[in-house]
Amino acid sequence: MRSWLTLGLHARLLLAFALLNVVIATAVAGIGYVRARDAIVQRAQDNAVIETANRMEKLFPLATRTPDNAALMAIAGEVSGREGSGFAESGGRTAGTLRPDVVTTRLRAEVATGRIAWQRLSVGNATQLLIGSQLLLVDEASRDVSPSGIEVYVLRPLDDEIEVVDSLAWDAWLTGGAGLMLAMLLALVAARSVLVPVRRLRVAAQRFGEGDLDTRLSVRGRDELAAVAETFNRTAESLQRHVAELRRMEADARRFVADVSHELRTPLAAMTAVTDLLDDEVATLPPLAGQAVSLVIGETQKLTRLVNDLIEVTRFDAGAAGLALDEVDVAEALRAILLVRGFTDEVTADLVEGLRAQLDPRRLDVIVANLVGNALRHGEPPVTIRLTGGPGGLVIEVTDAGPGLDRKVVPHVFDRFFKAGPARGRSEGSGLGLAIAWENARLHGGTLVAANRPDGGASFTLRLSLSPGDAR
Amino acid sequence: MLDEQVRRAVARMMDMPRVLLIEDDEGVREGLRIALSHQGHAVDATGTGEDGLALLTTRGTAAVDVVVLDLMLPGMDGFEVCRRIRALGDLPIIMLTARGDDIDVVAGLEAGADDYMVKPARARVLEARIRAVLRRVRSDQVPSGAARTAVEHQGDLCIDRHALAVTKRGQPVSLAPTELRLLLELSASPGRVLSRQQLLESVWDQGYLGDSRLVDACVQRLRSKIEDDPAVPTHVQTVRGFGYRFGPL
Repeated sequence: MRSWLTLGLHARLLLAFALLNVVIATAVAGIGYVRARDAIVQRAQDNAVIETANRMEKLFPLATRTPDNAALMAIAGEVSGREGSGFAESGGRTAGTLRPDVVTTRLRAEVATGRIAWQRLSVGNATQLLIGSQLLLVDEASRDVSPSGIEVYVLRPLDDEIEVVDSLAWDAWLTGGAGLMLAMLLALVAARSVLVPVRRLRVAAQRFGEGDLDTRLSVRGRDELAAVAETFNRTAESLQRHVAELRRMEADARRFVADVSHELRTPLAAMTAVTDLLDDEVATLPPLAGQAVSLVIGETQKLTRLVNDLIEVTRFDAGAAGLALDEVDVAEALRAILLVRGFTDEVTADLVEGLRAQLDPRRLDVIVANLVGNALRHGEPPVTIRLTGGPGGLVIEVTDAGPGLDRKVVPHVFDRFFKAGPARGRSEGSGLGLAIAWENARLHGGTLVAANRPDGGASFTLRLSLSPGDAR
Repeated sequence: MLDEQVRRAVARMMDMPRVLLIEDDEGVREGLRIALSHQGHAVDATGTGEDGLALLTTRGTAAVDVVVLDLMLPGMDGFEVCRRIRALGDLPIIMLTARGDDIDVVAGLEAGADDYMVKPARARVLEARIRAVLRRVRSDQVPSGAARTAVEHQGDLCIDRHALAVTKRGQPVSLAPTELRLLLELSASPGRVLSRQQLLESVWDQGYLGDSRLVDACVQRLRSKIEDDPAVPTHVQTVRGFGYRFGPL
């Protein structure tokens, strides 16, 4: 069964057709052949028996009940005719052209009862008919019939009939073979008519699966395969509609976030403009009012950072983020970033000198500022930034000596708004910093990976090619 | 009103830059006006480009030291306003853009803006930028090149470092403050390559966190004014992968 199933549909169809044809051809031709053969042989047999009986009748009246050898010979010759051979027997003596030992005892016994009996014999390749009978005497006066004791056996060839039957068999084989060929041909055509649509269906399903949602099948005819094609088309259409709907909803959601961020920015711009003024005046305010103003300033700055990060993320999502490439000395750039961000005193820098790379310095700043800022906030000193590299690319690794990242957290640190547990609570960042750093690395054709160091502490590794053009 | 007049007088006396602020959103306009006034600037704030241009034409460009211009304006857009202010004179222009609208930044710089700031902008940062663009037009801080005469001849260009005037084959070349400053910086050391970062630091006061497109856009504008064929520059040459170089001719 397994091997049957492993055969292709094509082979299975052909095999089934062939089997069916063989069975039907055998049944039809076989039965016809047997019946024709029987009829022909029967008729030949009957004719031979009647002819022999007729010949025997011609022997009457018999000259004597006890014929001598010459008479027996004459009787045998008369009964067997030209084509056959035969012998006559009387009182243990035989005469004729046939050897008596071909006669079976069963035939002999039957002949002894006075009836005409016959038996088919195979002599060599030929089938022959052996007919035996006892000559009967009829008393003229009393019309009594009594056996004469003279038995006659005639062997008649059935060659003609056998030849007819053979040619019949040959015809049957021939017709069967031709039928088989025709059946195979028909099977091929039928298999094609099934398999071509099946193959088209497979190709279409594959293309659909690969994302070509416009794939449809042409529906031909009204058979089951056409129904399958129609079902495929309906399903594809419905799926396409759903996918389009989902995409539209996703785009709507993203646009909404982008719109909200942009809308928030205008009032924030007004508030941000005056925060420095308020900051200058805090000292002159009554203590509680001063604290309130400081709170407003701090939260305004956080909100600004959040909105800016949100806008940045929506730009990545929209594919609107671009690289402003410049060729820079990487060590120099890193030192400048640490200096501008005020990290120089808190961070140990181990930078290989003289490495030049094509990158977007401001995006590098975003990545490094996020990684170092994170390490300083969440890890423990010493925080180290290490630059290594060669012709293959550059590696910037930021490590700290803190407890490291929770094993469960590692795969999610670059997720948006991912906070590593409630203990962290509200952090300084927007929750988008690492996600944005990751996107910036990707935009450069590079990678950003988070891991724990074997000797404790978290490590973030940024890998960039020396020219982003190489990476794409 | 009196207060404003006093402030204007004080600003002039204390050498505080007078600012023309063109911003359509009332909240942002007020916030920036308050903040800049607090820093000691005399501020004229208008809600449309048309009003701002009208103010400049009636009072003259000398009445204003620097323009802070929002790009998203109703009616005449910020780019057009920028171009028209450039046509009026060499006023420094700082444009305010929405974050992440890169195309706006490039278009704004091409329209002639000297610098840009992303909103929301803090008053101290804006103040620093104003100082930076104004510093570019003051002769006392212009690099003069050691042991050089005030007037230099570089091919067909004549650069007067004291008068801050540039002539090309005797014809005066009108340069915006940043363009002039960039030219002075590059020509102070002919043949030496200056990276975009170095130029950002010396011309824009920004260094590594600056946008190198500022340099590129300004170089383009400068070339269009001093080169015979801006596509084949001879004065300000690009050194691929490193930066820009003045000459050699």
